[in-house]
Amino acid sequence: MSPVVEPIIAPENLPPRVNYLNAGYGIRSWLLTKDHKRIALLYLASITFFFFIGGAAAVLFRLELLTPQSDLLQAETYNKLFTIHGLIMVFFFLIPSIPAVLGNFLVPMMIGARDLAFPRINLLSWYIFIIGGMFTLTAIILGGVDTGWTFYTPYSTTYANTYVIITAAGVFITGFSSILTGLNFIVTIHKMRAPGMTWMRLPLFIWAQYATSLINLLGTPVLAISIFLIAIERAFRLGIFDPALGGDPVLFQHLFWFYSHPAVYIMILPAMGVISEVITCFSRKRIFGYSFIAVSSLAIAVLGFFVWGHHMFVSSQSIYAGLIFSFLSMFVAIPSAVKVFNWTATLYKGSIIYQTPLLYALGFIGLFTIGGLTGIFVATLAIDVHVHDTYFIIAHFHYIMVGGALMGYLGGLHFWWPKITGRLYPEGWARLSALIIFVGFNLTFFPQFILGYLGMPRRYAAYPDEFQVLNVMSSAGASILGIGYLIPMIYFIWSMRYGPLAGPNPWNAKGLEWTTPSPPTTENFEHKPHITEEAYAYEVKEEKVVG
Amino acid sequence: MLERLRIFPDQASTIAGEVDTLYLFLIGMSTFFVALIFGLVIYFAAKYRRRSVNEVPPPVRTDLRLEIAWTVIPLVLVLISFAWGAQLFVTMGQAPAGAMEIHAVGRQWMWKFQHPSGGREINQLHVPVGIPIKILLASEDVIHSFFVPAFRVKMDVVPGKYTSAWFEATMEGEFHLFCAEYCGTQHSGMIGRVVVMKPVDYQRWLSDQASGEPLAVGGERLFQQRGCATCHRTSDGPTGPALHGLFGRRVQLQSGDSVVADESYIRESVLNPNAKITEGYQPIMPTFQGQLSEEGLHQMIAYIKSLSGPAEGRKAP
Ligand code: HEC
Ligand SMILES: [Cu+2]
Ligand SMILES: [Cu+2]
Repeated sequence: MSPVVEPIIAPENLPPRVNYLNAGYGIRSWLLTKDHKRIALLYLASITFFFFIGGAAAVLFRLELLTPQSDLLQAETYNKLFTIHGLIMVFFFLIPSIPAVLGNFLVPMMIGARDLAFPRINLLSWYIFIIGGMFTLTAIILGGVDTGWTFYTPYSTTYANTYVIITAAGVFITGFSSILTGLNFIVTIHKMRAPGMTWMRLPLFIWAQYATSLINLLGTPVLAISIFLIAIERAFRLGIFDPALGGDPVLFQHLFWFYSHPAVYIMILPAMGVISEVITCFSRKRIFGYSFIAVSSLAIAVLGFFVWGHHMFVSSQSIYAGLIFSFLSMFVAIPSAVKVFNWTATLYKGSIIYQTPLLYALGFIGLFTIGGLTGIFVATLAIDVHVHDTYFIIAHFHYIMVGGALMGYLGGLHFWWPKITGRLYPEGWARLSALIIFVGFNLTFFPQFILGYLGMPRRYAAYPDEFQVLNVMSSAGASILGIGYLIPMIYFIWSMRYGPLAGPNPWNAKGLEWTTPSPPTTENFEHKPHITEEAYAYEVKEEKVVG
Repeated sequence: MLERLRIFPDQASTIAGEVDTLYLFLIGMSTFFVALIFGLVIYFAAKYRRRSVNEVPPPVRTDLRLEIAWTVIPLVLVLISFAWGAQLFVTMGQAPAGAMEIHAVGRQWMWKFQHPSGGREINQLHVPVGIPIKILLASEDVIHSFFVPAFRVKMDVVPGKYTSAWFEATMEGEFHLFCAEYCGTQHSGMIGRVVVMKPVDYQRWLSDQASGEPLAVGGERLFQQRGCATCHRTSDGPTGPALHGLFGRRVQLQSGDSVVADESYIRESVLNPNAKITEGYQPIMPTFQGQLSEEGLHQMIAYIKSLSGPAEGRKAP
């Protein structure tokens, strides 16, 4: 259908006899590896596992929501399920997804380095992540936790009688893994760029990782503190948040959102980086407005720290605080809009081919646009008063975090899969599942905007009858979405063994990672690369003709 | 069936229509941008699809004018949205003077209401149509949120302090009342209904209520029983200031600051008297933490509010 040629594998394009995947055998060679690429795969396996736990929770509560009464599940179970879903998806899937898997794999390769600056710390990050995950899983196995992923006080500190402290410990510990990875990336990007790789020649994926790492480094400690204080108040009855002990419950919300708003950008910025790589490759174009996209990533990272109060317009925070936070939140829309317009403009006069990663990228642009625009709704004070804590919010942030971040992750995984494994996945199935995911996603979450404006509160195990039609639509969409996620799972595993060999650069992509064999050797590059051109120099041939 | 597929809740309060107008403005703006972006992406993807394997597209320069245009236009639009939303929000935040006050207490998992003339109800709220009503909200345990979609009104109910919400119903009927802030196991059971009736029907409903004692009367009884009256007399004395005319007045504190005596201040004075000491007095007032229920406090406050006029022997401000 499309004029892509099956790559013909010349002998020099065969995977290197010794590459990072077969450089060592046995479980020890994996668990003690310091190779950033192997660590990326450790993360890939772990977050996929967590994704299925978080997804299973969602399947169960979407089933429950088919009917207005809470019949399939007891209210208590329902509450535990949405808590697990939120906690796992945010802290154990989305936050690590692109940085820890694709970032780990690509940051050194894209800047022409042999590894990250601190390979041992990189491995340590993964262990910390796993230990944090174990705590959270333990809490779930013991009987679960029902505070919601937001841990609002004084419910979490005084009234909940589920496993709050163990869960909190899990989130607390995992935070250090993000901090260390962030630190590692920042140092690597500053210190280990190959000769000629100036800041303005960096792929935008690197800029996005850099901005994300800054947020991780500055924000995560605040999350750690607030979670720690919850544990202290709960264990020792020290009055911090509970007014009955002399504390202030709203203080917790300030601390929590100071991190958790920027955390949205921890999830979405890396995805934006992926989109820039994919769009340029499959339209053979230089990115439109390189510096605007790069700077807008930093702008989002910085602005993101000044808008947390928009989660608290009806929390009893003062009216003036509400006004200021609403005003500042509006500005976040600008760098986001700039990115969307620049990506769209990149397509203009391109040479576009609808490979799977591009389908995900275009899907991202569409869904992120809707997510971003509804962000303006919820930043608008009078509208937020009505839609706060309703399904409108749920829909809005799923458009950003699933329609955006997850689509970006899947697009990136498809884009770099041939590099990571040396093999191609079946293109037809991949396009089909991208389509299924897009349709399923919209069917799941679009009705929730309407539900929310009609007034259905979030976190309701039972709801009034008149909301049923929309809930059934949403649950139907979720089952389509679920199938969409299972298909890639199957063909990715299949392709690792049976997929056709990819060769070093199946997409004819620019970027240093594509100059290495697939899969790369442990050293990444045979010779230290020298960079002489800008990123995305897809039009170079033409310029040569002209010059 | 059509009734079930509606996209707007009832517009049953004075602000509901205004919120919806703003909402429609945002929908219009979003539809425009979604159409623009989707349209361009689909158009480009179709028009510029790759036609030969070695095709190399012409370079396109970044255009500064475009970058400025798509920075400035969205900026103007979001600022309009901000200003419009802010202006409505300020209206929503300030109950009109003279609004009728109803006291509400949220607890796991019910809503309790006390009407000024004493009627009490649970998970139901009867209100007259066409009269601004201010709900004073208190929580006995965790955070809840008072949400009436038909009125476009929502306010968190936070333990340890008072918050308030107001509305003026424009339509008779029954409307959902939800708790919007997750508050534990039966969060989705913490629902009720708001019954909006003609003022005469409301009066009739009130007089049918058995517990017809006005809030302030209950408050006065508590004031005597708990021994407040031994220290707080009708005129300022060494044992304590008179509470006449206190409500709404600016109180000079020992710390040099001053505060307006609103519900939260009175609440704090009773539960945590040493937090703010009135100028010219010793911190001898004992705390009543744990001795008064949220409803008792509501009654006490209603009583102190009812003590109008300046205290004896104090010159009017
Ligand atoms: C032992 C005497 C004593 C008792 C009993 C007492 N108070 Fe007080 N109260 C004081 C004094 C003295 C002050 C002023 C110093 C301060 O602000 O703590 C005061 C201050 C107040 C204030 C702030 C008044 C202002 O002008 O700022 C309020 C309101 C109040 N009390 C209400 C009560 C209520 C209600 C009770 C009963 C539940 C009560 N008090 C019982 C002595 C007392
Ligand atoms: Cu936010
Ligand atoms: Cu609730």
